[in-house]
Amino acid sequence: STVNKLEGFCLASRRRAELLGVYRGREYFHAMIFLSFFKTLVGKEIAVELKNDVVLTGTLHSVDQYLNVKLLNVKIINPEKYPQLVALQNCFVRGSVVRYIQIPPELVDTELLQDAARKENAPAK
Amino acid sequence: MASTLAEWRNKSICVVTSDGRIILGELVGHDQVQNLILKDAQERVYTDNSPPETVELGLYVIRGDNVCMIADYNAKLWDNDSSSIVGPLPPIQQQEKI
Repeated sequence: STVNKLEGFCLASRRRAELLGVYRGREYFHAMIFLSFFKTLVGKEIAVELKNDVVLTGTLHSVDQYLNVKLLNVKIINPEKYPQLVALQNCFVRGSVVRYIQIPPELVDTELLQDAARKENAPAK
Repeated sequence: MASTLAEWRNKSICVVTSDGRIILGELVGHDQVQNLILKDAQERVYTDNSPPETVELGLYVIRGDNVCMIADYNAKLWDNDSSSIVGPLPPIQQQEKI
């Protein structure tokens, strides 16, 4: 059902992009594939690696158009290295500082995602 | 699904900035780009050579560009009188030239 949700989101975001109009054949972030994808992961446990090398795991609470991420009940991986952050509970991470988001593979239909991304990046209609 | 800071209004939060500073304070205001207003802000300074110190800053405005993380925290777990020496957090590295 996670897969169906993603498919649903992809179709919806595609349709929305069509309705919004395509900017001279090049879509900017209107289609929001990755936003839709992350929305299917709300409630799941993910790991976020930041550009300052800190890695947090937590339950994805919400995500927005900038891919800012809010995690609940965060744990710091390597608390010995970053004891300053051990007391943090729920965390909002600015999208611009994320390096990676690590996701359990069973939550991702990689082929569907690749396919959708390929279609978004296809040459102008 | 909005990822907003509204639920932390008037709460004590911890802000990690892109240069690796840790600033605690009460969130008075914010906007969509994470510009923040913190009341009774304090910085927890971690250095390589001495134990952590707290510096009072008063009313602070932080520009959203420099914000890395915003979190609420469990004050009991915060090592307030730690005498162990902990180095500072690393700053945000943007694209490194290979």
